[in-house]
Amino acid sequence: MTVLEVDITKRLGSFSLDVSFSIERPDEIMALLGPSGCGKSMTLKCIAGIERPDAGRIVLGGRTLFDSSAHINLPPQQRHVGYLFQSYALFPTMTVEQNVRAGAAGSTREERAERAAREIAAMRLGGLEHHKPAQLSGGQQQRCAMARILASNPKLILLDEPFSALDGYLRWQLELELTDVLRGFPGGAVYVSHNRDEVYRMCDTVCVLDCGRSDAKVSVHELFASPATLAAALISGCKNVSRAHVAGPGLLACEDWGVALRTSLPVPEGVTHVGIRAHYFEAHAAGDVAAGALGGNAIPCTVERVIDSTFSTIVMARTPGGALLRYECEKGAWAALGNPAQLVLVAPPQTVMPLVSASNDKMNDTIAMDNEEIGGASHAR
Amino acid sequence: MDWYPLLNSLRIAAISTVVVYLLGIWLADVVARAPRVVKGILDVVLTLPLVLPPTVVGYLLLVLLGPRRPIGAWVMGVFGVRLTMTWCSAIFATVVVSFPLMYRTARGAFESFDQSLADAGRTLGKSNVWVFWRVKMPACRQGIIAGSVLAFARALGEYGATSMVAGYTPGATATISTTVYQLWRTGEDGLAFQWVLVNLAISAVVLLAMNMLEARSRSARVRGSAA
Repeated sequence: MTVLEVDITKRLGSFSLDVSFSIERPDEIMALLGPSGCGKSMTLKCIAGIERPDAGRIVLGGRTLFDSSAHINLPPQQRHVGYLFQSYALFPTMTVEQNVRAGAAGSTREERAERAAREIAAMRLGGLEHHKPAQLSGGQQQRCAMARILASNPKLILLDEPFSALDGYLRWQLELELTDVLRGFPGGAVYVSHNRDEVYRMCDTVCVLDCGRSDAKVSVHELFASPATLAAALISGCKNVSRAHVAGPGLLACEDWGVALRTSLPVPEGVTHVGIRAHYFEAHAAGDVAAGALGGNAIPCTVERVIDSTFSTIVMARTPGGALLRYECEKGAWAALGNPAQLVLVAPPQTVMPLVSASNDKMNDTIAMDNEEIGGASHAR
Repeated sequence: MDWYPLLNSLRIAAISTVVVYLLGIWLADVVARAPRVVKGILDVVLTLPLVLPPTVVGYLLLVLLGPRRPIGAWVMGVFGVRLTMTWCSAIFATVVVSFPLMYRTARGAFESFDQSLADAGRTLGKSNVWVFWRVKMPACRQGIIAGSVLAFARALGEYGATSMVAGYTPGATATISTTVYQLWRTGEDGLAFQWVLVNLAISAVVLLAMNMLEARSRSARVRGSAA
């Protein structure tokens, strides 16, 4: 049976939210992935009953939580949805034990206390029962918030960027812990994030939110292997996109790059863009090989700038069409090329991703400017 | 020395503080969550007594509560109770005058309250009443206490509206502030000075208590965040 079905719209000033997705399996962790301000948190709040959508339907495990046409709008108290807030929202004046017991399920006081004690032990908070939240570390606070949620027997857990307040090593540690907790939870989970790596590691499926509109849900592997939309390509970390149109069977004319590229991926109706990940090019120094010997999909470029990054070398290269391409490789590989001024970048046909843009060109402009900033700064390398 | 004015002042201030506490947090919560236009209007109305001269407040109260005025006459007819010129009458005056102090400090505290705490409580199945008294009020405790202390101090020192609504009858409606005025007016400077000292002592104790409470909650916060 479907765990969760969401299909809602809500207007907030000039911003409009139009989201629809569903979670099919009770062990599914679904990510809502998108840049900040795209309506991710608002969607969670609508599911939890904190905000009211203008129209639509939310059904959780066969129970209708919200249905605008049937005038159903259950209060948050009756929805049985656990919500992990960005800041954890622990009650600051209560101890760990009081916090967990506040939400604990059970018909008698003893049952609730026992349930709370069990969750506190399961979250390894033993010995901290009488501490206030401010006396806990970031990780302990998050575990306390999870204990409080689990003690309330939710049917679904919502997580709102649970690691945004943390950094570095602690974050990684918590991610491992939280993954285990969510894997052990018998209901579904919706995980809101703008971090694609987190989503790739923790979630099964992903729904990309682009300016308040949701793309179709796909598995995380699909998102990274073959994103269907421009927004999905960008949020999944694709650094190179160009406006494009179909120029023949399997042939895409890339307007911003001034070349036509072959793709071996299925080309859908209404292709507007093409994307190539920065790691997937094969690079050759222009003098080494005759362009003809490389076959198709060779893009002759002028090297604009070479950036020495932590573990890789990033090359910004000017295409015949004028836009910049970003090529990333291991440091050794770039050194072996001999630091050429003219470069041929070859994109194998399976790496040329045809994309559809549902909304405007805003995001495309953003990334073009992004690349322009990195590349345009200096000609003296 | 007749200690009646001290007793009377303390009981008026105490009762008025309880009334102002309940009214203040209720209205502060309503206004803090109201839509902008309603908020603006309500806020002006509720803060008005802070800037009005106490004599204007006293006049308005007499217009409403006087024995031949609508509310006063009705209460007189139904309950046979006079609303003006008794010791209780001063409570009307002190409630109106000290209300804005409670209301404004409580509203400030409510507005800086982290709404996600309330949302968390509600998603955990807790009633709105539970969330208000167990989460919101404790989190806003400092502002609420400060407002109550200020309201108590203001009620204790109220003179203008009180003297109009309750008058000055020794042993009946006399408060510290009206007593000081009467004694000075009738040339009993020595006695007046004694009451001035009493008043100074009470005010100092109240302010000291408030500073100690503030210091305590501040150090509690520092301990908490240092851990």
